[in-house]
Amino acid sequence: MVSLHSCHAGRRGDDVRGDVWLSYEPTPTAFELEFHSKLEGLYGDSTRALLKELAQKHSLELGRLTVEDKGAYPFVLRARMESLLQQVFDDPSLRIEPEAPVRPGPGGRPSMPPIQRDRLRRSRLYLPGNEAKYMLNAALHEPDAIILDLEDSVAASAKQDARSMVRHALLTLDFGGCERMVRINQGAGGLLDLAALEGAPFHLLLLPKVETAQEILEIETALQGRELLLMPILETARGILNADAIAGASLRNVALTLGLEDLTADLGVVKTTEGQETAWASSQVIFAAKANGLQAIDSVYGNVADEHGLRASVRTAKAMGFEGKGCVHPRQVMVVHEEFSPSQEELDQAQKIVAAFEEAEAQGLGVVSLGSKMIDPPVVKRALNLVRLAQAQNHGGADHE
Amino acid sequence: MSEFSTALGRSVPMEINGRTTLPFQGVGVHRPSGFQAAKKISTCADFPADGDKRVAVEGDMVAKLKEALHRAGLKDGMTVSTHHHFRNGDLVANALFDAAKQLGVKDLRWFPSASFPCHAHLLPYLEDGTIHHIEGSMNGPLGAYCSEGKMQGLGVLRSHGGRWQSIQDGEVHIDIAVLAAPTADAFGNATGDRGPSACGLLGFGLADSQFADHVIVVTDNLVPFPCLPWQIQGQNVDQVVEVERVGLPEKIVSGTTRVTKSPDRLLIAEHIAKFVRDTGIMKPGFSFQAGAGGITLAFAMFLKKFMKEAGVTASFVRGGSNQYLVEMLEEGLTPVILDGQTFDLEGVRSMRENAGHQNTSPFTSYNFHGKGNFASMVDVVVLGATEVDVDFNANVVTHSDGRLLHGIGGWQNCLFSKCTILAVPSVRDRIPVILDEVTTMVGPGELIDVIATEQGLCIHPKRTDLLEAANKSSVPILDIHDLKARVDRLCGGAPQKPRLGEKFIAAIQWVDGTTIDAVRQVL
Repeated sequence: MVSLHSCHAGRRGDDVRGDVWLSYEPTPTAFELEFHSKLEGLYGDSTRALLKELAQKHSLELGRLTVEDKGAYPFVLRARMESLLQQVFDDPSLRIEPEAPVRPGPGGRPSMPPIQRDRLRRSRLYLPGNEAKYMLNAALHEPDAIILDLEDSVAASAKQDARSMVRHALLTLDFGGCERMVRINQGAGGLLDLAALEGAPFHLLLLPKVETAQEILEIETALQGRELLLMPILETARGILNADAIAGASLRNVALTLGLEDLTADLGVVKTTEGQETAWASSQVIFAAKANGLQAIDSVYGNVADEHGLRASVRTAKAMGFEGKGCVHPRQVMVVHEEFSPSQEELDQAQKIVAAFEEAEAQGLGVVSLGSKMIDPPVVKRALNLVRLAQAQNHGGADHE
Repeated sequence: MSEFSTALGRSVPMEINGRTTLPFQGVGVHRPSGFQAAKKISTCADFPADGDKRVAVEGDMVAKLKEALHRAGLKDGMTVSTHHHFRNGDLVANALFDAAKQLGVKDLRWFPSASFPCHAHLLPYLEDGTIHHIEGSMNGPLGAYCSEGKMQGLGVLRSHGGRWQSIQDGEVHIDIAVLAAPTADAFGNATGDRGPSACGLLGFGLADSQFADHVIVVTDNLVPFPCLPWQIQGQNVDQVVEVERVGLPEKIVSGTTRVTKSPDRLLIAEHIAKFVRDTGIMKPGFSFQAGAGGITLAFAMFLKKFMKEAGVTASFVRGGSNQYLVEMLEEGLTPVILDGQTFDLEGVRSMRENAGHQNTSPFTSYNFHGKGNFASMVDVVVLGATEVDVDFNANVVTHSDGRLLHGIGGWQNCLFSKCTILAVPSVRDRIPVILDEVTTMVGPGELIDVIATEQGLCIHPKRTDLLEAANKSSVPILDIHDLKARVDRLCGGAPQKPRLGEKFIAAIQWVDGTTIDAVRQVL
């Protein structure tokens, strides 16, 4: 006979919405459900039926399950039951079948863009991994990527809950054209995260607080044949010093970024708006990224209310050589895109150069010239990149005003 | 209770509180004829020649109102009205029924232009029979009480325009109107734009002042004759009651006027503003109205930005005024605000100071018996809703569980604008907002042009012009059935139907006085 454990999953409290609290007590009597729902009149019957069905399917025949439902969507109910049953049976490999995807793609899997090394990563929107409500409509704000975070935004006690939540969100929700990223934990926790996400559809792993190339290699080993890209985050003095080696440690690496909150803490300095204290670290990340053919991506701008500050911060980042920035609120996405987009003037000039280049190629000329001015190869390359970037932005349907 | 079916197939009672009613016939079909109802004839010789109509009694507001109501001849079964310009900061309606209770009067019909959670104070009077029933919006605790089938009579919900229509048609004869006034003189001239409880205007009490048999003005700011400007005319007023306090200013200017911070709701607002810009509705000399909800306020802010960018100015905007509309007025983006209800102190100040900030009443803006009204002249209006359905019908009074939660306000009247846009999230914490059929029919789909959600906009199929114009916009345009299917997939199917009893608890009137739907008791 398996011993059953007393446990709980999910969230409760006055401010919780779109979630559920499940609490299980093993008793020697037949399984019973104590059910309270804010949506009793709307989904009470179907929610009760789903929870009973899941318990039955996983042979939970004894004990009492208490439920406080605050309008949890079915994918949330499944994620919470998965986490609960994993604890009840002490079996982290227990899986609950996901809901059908909101926007089905080929083979009934959720529709998502193909994996792509070289795509726009101007914005990546952080979403706390244990809170479903922020995930639902994240893609509508059209960030280039969304990040389901299992690390800093998830309390240590909620890691298991969050793993199931992220897994079910990836299997069910519509993240549109966004690149799907997951930030895992460091070390042993990260390996548990990876195991939990086996088979979940996403593109890229963000690796926090990477300090050495060895850590990248360990992740490589753990990933085996899984098709996933990597973006290491450097957040310590040691990591910044090893930036070059870390950037070059894996062919899966597509971008390198840094975390300024942790870095300034590590340095023992105050994080300022001007960012002078981390200017060298930023440059180091940019140089390491570029030297290894990766994208250089900036940290986040934390003051959600300050649009002007964000704009200025993106301008500085762009001028330094960064190609993207983290977003902690959906309303930051548009600003970040606007500021990383080339101006019409820059674009016009680049298009002229590209046209001259194409003409020169067609005529078999080795030298590109615009009017009476000769154009150096690096200038041509930059113009080509700029036009390509603008096309990708338009193609992505992003809105620029 | 005998029932019949409306033109939209809804079952409604044939009789409302003893009065025979007509079911909804279709938009623009019903045309009452004959003459307007009128009040009793009065004679100036019966009033003090020196113009001092004050009730000379010592005591608190209840004691003074008791005396005034006694003089007014308050009797069992009478209809007593109040306005809602003080919103959740109203002290007068509660004191009025405290006084009625002390007078031992029973079975009163309360006819407010709206009620608020502060009026939960009246629940004991519904219990003990002082108040027989309410004809007006029932929010919060009063809505819950009514939904449970506890009220003696049938609740009747009317739009702001419909309230005026019901008075003119004689459906509701007001015996005594008790009108709170932020400033008044002893003759009864009164204004809402100044005084410690300033609320802007008093338009919702105007019909009451003109049609009630007896009118009592209650003020905490008595000024020497003449009170200028006068929004309520002293010639219509029988008595003036001077009290210490008529309202709580911090609650008069309620929290409904804050712009939403929710990213999804801001996205809805942005979608709408872009749609209005890109489809050419936003053109020089256009007009718009936006309600007081968080999304509609955000819409006005986005629209303001786009108007500035394009150098477009409006010819007028309709309020509910607030600081954002006032900014537009003062920055020259519109020469005029036609204001029906002032939502914040900036609106109150502007009404006092800006010549272009005009106070209006439901008669000018909304009334079915007006010789035309402003609502249909507005180019675009953005409103909220609790639910919509795939035929674009909308509900604004009950939630999906069938409980009465909101009043109609000017909502039905505004549907007549040239482009009516409902701003709603597609789902609220697993409660789908788009249904096969609304729980309560408050607005017919033929008057609703666009349903705007965070996922994108659904355009009514008959508006081929808007569908075509929307091609120029980057805003996603969705088929409402596809959107509903998507929401249902997320929510795990359509919800159960609410468990309702047979008993009707409230009637929903259309703007012409017919009954468009009825609400049943929640079990």
